Amino acid sequence: MSIDMSQFYQAFFDEAEELLAEAEHLLLALDLDNPDSEDLNAIFRAAHSIKGGAATFGMTDMAEITHVLENLLDKIRKNEMALTGEHVDTFLEAKDVLNSQLEGHRSGADVDRDVQEEVKRKLKALSEGKPVSAAAEMAAAAASAAAPAAPKPAVVAPAAVVDKMRHYNIDVKALSEKDTANLEGELGLLGDVSSKRLDNGHVAFSLKTEDSEDDIISICAFIVEPEDIKITLQSAAAAPGAAAAPADGKQRYNIEVPELSDKDAENLKSELALLGDVSISKAGGKTIFALTTEDSKDSIESICSFVVDLETLVIKDAPSASAAAPAEDLAVASNGFIEGDGFGFFEPITPPPAAPAAEPEPEPAKPVEAAPAPVIEKKPAAAKKEVEKAAAVETTSIRVGVEKVDQLINLVGELVITQAMLEERISKLDPVTHEDLLNSLGQLTRNTRDLQESVMSIRMMPMDYVFSRFPRMVRDLATRLGKKVEFVTSGAATELDKGLIERIVDPLTHLVRNSIDHGIEVPDVRHQSGKNETGRLSLSASNRGGNIVIEVTDDGAGLNRERILSKAKQSGLPVSDTMPDSDVWQLIFAPGFSTAEQVTDVSGRGVGMDVVKRNVSAMGGVIDIRSALGYGTTMSISLPLTLAILDGMSVSLGDNMYVVPLNLIVETMQPQATDIKTVTGAGFMVHVRGEYLPIIPLYSLFNQPTQITNPVDGVLVIIEAEGKKAALFVDGLVGQQQVVIKSLETNYRKVPGVSGATIMGDGSVALILDVPTIIKMGQNNNSEGVYQ
Amino acid sequence: MSSITESGNNTNDGVTNAKEFLTFVLGNEEYGLEILKVQEIRGYDAVTKIANTPEFIKGVVNLRGRIVPIVDLRIKFNLGKVEYNEFTVVIILNLNGRIVGMVVDGVSDVMSLQPNQIRAVPDIVASIDTKYIVGLASVEEKMFILVDIEQLMSSTDMELMDSVAMH
Amino acid sequence: MAKTILAVDDSGSLRQMVAFSLTAAGYQVVQAVDGQDGLNKARDQVVDLVLTDQNMPNMDGLTLIKSLRGMSSYQKVPILMLTTESSDEMKAKGRAAGANGWLVKPFDPKRLIDVVQKVIG
Repeated sequence: MSIDMSQFYQAFFDEAEELLAEAEHLLLALDLDNPDSEDLNAIFRAAHSIKGGAATFGMTDMAEITHVLENLLDKIRKNEMALTGEHVDTFLEAKDVLNSQLEGHRSGADVDRDVQEEVKRKLKALSEGKPVSAAAEMAAAAASAAAPAAPKPAVVAPAAVVDKMRHYNIDVKALSEKDTANLEGELGLLGDVSSKRLDNGHVAFSLKTEDSEDDIISICAFIVEPEDIKITLQSAAAAPGAAAAPADGKQRYNIEVPELSDKDAENLKSELALLGDVSISKAGGKTIFALTTEDSKDSIESICSFVVDLETLVIKDAPSASAAAPAEDLAVASNGFIEGDGFGFFEPITPPPAAPAAEPEPEPAKPVEAAPAPVIEKKPAAAKKEVEKAAAVETTSIRVGVEKVDQLINLVGELVITQAMLEERISKLDPVTHEDLLNSLGQLTRNTRDLQESVMSIRMMPMDYVFSRFPRMVRDLATRLGKKVEFVTSGAATELDKGLIERIVDPLTHLVRNSIDHGIEVPDVRHQSGKNETGRLSLSASNRGGNIVIEVTDDGAGLNRERILSKAKQSGLPVSDTMPDSDVWQLIFAPGFSTAEQVTDVSGRGVGMDVVKRNVSAMGGVIDIRSALGYGTTMSISLPLTLAILDGMSVSLGDNMYVVPLNLIVETMQPQATDIKTVTGAGFMVHVRGEYLPIIPLYSLFNQPTQITNPVDGVLVIIEAEGKKAALFVDGLVGQQQVVIKSLETNYRKVPGVSGATIMGDGSVALILDVPTIIKMGQNNNSEGVYQ
Repeated sequence: MSSITESGNNTNDGVTNAKEFLTFVLGNEEYGLEILKVQEIRGYDAVTKIANTPEFIKGVVNLRGRIVPIVDLRIKFNLGKVEYNEFTVVIILNLNGRIVGMVVDGVSDVMSLQPNQIRAVPDIVASIDTKYIVGLASVEEKMFILVDIEQLMSSTDMELMDSVAMH
Repeated sequence: MAKTILAVDDSGSLRQMVAFSLTAAGYQVVQAVDGQDGLNKARDQVVDLVLTDQNMPNMDGLTLIKSLRGMSSYQKVPILMLTTESSDEMKAKGRAAGANGWLVKPFDPKRLIDVVQKVIG
């Protein structure tokens, strides 16, 4: 079976990124004199986890760094080494390197090899108890890097060596005496080596080294073919049930001699006891000494030679495995474990017989029981410490793809719609006879709303994300323009949908620039007008109803009505001197409109305000201006809290249903014939509360057949957008409900007058009306006289 | 389909190059389109009309939560009688992630064609513009017009996508 | 009936890989994020095999193994350690805790499946 590992990469990237961030956070908070052992454990674990993942997913560069990092951290957390500032610095460096490696794997970015090697070298040096900074050390490291096979200096702290010391058995096919000597010499560079010629002509080397199997293979490759070499990692100790010994570098031997008299046995035991821990047992006509010692076989032999004939002496590296036909790729290692490539079993395990194609049952491979009484918990304190690990830093966030959140929001939206439909249907029932049902529904309604709110909040981000980038910009800009500006923000905690937050940055930047450039006067001018020389610019965000309102306010010169009007006339825009202020201010959003007397390089080219407006509209928002000449200007952007859901009014037209955004509806009415007037060149108008509003018949705008063509028979929905009102004429109102907005453009295209679509309770599709565009389309329709 | 087998044996690499085509009927002509572009085949459901669109764009439907446009090629190419009943077939295409439904007169078969079974387009006139036709295939006395459906559906003629200048 | 395997690892990516591979090989996989979670899940349902990482927050692998061996229903259930430390010290500790074997990380899905098949078929 082949499994594509790359499918797990993303999960690993996210996980590693999170672990690195967490590790960095902990590192920065570490108290050097008294580091919290839980924190050290957590940092160790982060390195450990990344190493595991990196190795599994084939990101060897990360695995290498985390490996040395982990070694060093392990020593520190086990109190074998005291934590220093140098450690922390190097850890942070390593963290940065890992981050860049991660980025390298994620996006293919280049990673600086030298930096990686440097960090690896530092970590290695530190774990050997050496300083990393001195130039001499650098040189030494470079020299040793150039001669990797050089013998390890003997000065390294024992603790640093023993951990990594491995005992390999190297079996090499037929080898001449000379080659054997050569190879032994080469292997001697790696560590302690001894050789033995076997009966089958093979030569067995026994090598104790810190280096890896690969290093051994590359050394051997000078003399023998790699396929003629078989390397097995022999456990340095730890016979089953025996002392967990390798930590102290000792080796276990079983020394077999022909059965000795009790006296001789005692003598030899006391001699051997000089070398290490020894125990004695008898089996099969032999006396067996189990010895744990740091000394070599030679020392054992010389000791034994006082008592027994060396011809009859057998020294084995560990308890012999007295049986066991190994199953397939499993080999019974000298420690009695059944080992395969990268895994192993302490005892034979057979799949249950019921299993199909069960492996042939291996013969029981009971390890020799002659081993001395096990001393399992040799270091109870250490073991206890392991066990006592309490809850470390808990993960306080999870990473979820935005699309998953959006899907959730969509689903909840559908749920809200279903719930709304239920509510509507049930409202027609008699509340007395259905009291229980109504109560339950009330509960459902509340739960649904809560659920919706919670789900929506997942996508919400504080406005601070946007606000925080302004102080610097304001300062720089004010300095450049020779103005004094005090910048204040409020409501930075107000939350807004992530999608909107990202899109609001540009329009806001533009407005802030405009305020500093055109709004706030230079200190002289301000002084002359009796104002504080320092202008005030404020940026605020607040929730108002279902919307979020973001305002940019300055106490500058304010907009000049006369100048805007005259400029508009020059530009050929349709204006009148009696226009209300709000309409005049909207003129500055016309493409190409600018009243700035001087075009500056900051703003004032007239490019931008129309773009600002378009961006805000595209977000479903509106922008309003309040201004007083000489006192300042407020630009107010009102945005929906989210893009995904809309409060709408469904209206009917012929066989179809449309949704009008509720926030753009002023009111709805069934007009009387007397309210309706015909205006030449402007079609029908309706008289509403002292105003005459153009009537936009949706059926003619959308060319859709309907029975109702006289406004008196239908309904007028008074809509307002961008400071303009109109009366949309539809067949009837269906109801108010929340709808989930779906884009038409995903599979189709933009349709004029339609901002999106939604799916109704019955599964049919309803189009959502784009109110600002409809008002514009209505004007064109009327002026072209299409509508009679 | 013996003809396919025979010609398939003529070339060694032919097997790997074989493409499967879904054949469908429009008026009196039989067409084929690459089956990899087909997401599913459905009946015709009520659509939501879209204002001010050409007649062949029937509107949009809800396909498991996605808003999918439906075009009627019979109207677009003035073929046959345009009726909507329980036999009307809609081929749902997945064109690089864009889902589009297309109404045809019927779906007939899936056939596997070797490259050497596909002939160049002569100057004969099919109802569909030759620039959207990749070739002709004759199988068992029948001729199929192979359409590059992606090209056709994304063309400005179909008015299914935004033109660049719109905003 | 598919055999059930409890996979305990605090690394989500590795756990997913293990779960995916074993599921693909026809096993049912219960995932746990640390020793404590593993112990809870083992209590809920007796599984056919436990694969556990050693180094985990809240409860490490050795403690989990010991705790499982303390439960009567887990006396005979095979337990394998997944460990980056292939040291004999770790093996000895694992054995003492009651593990049946070990698997050295990193491993590829194929080897994982091989080993699991050797143990529970």
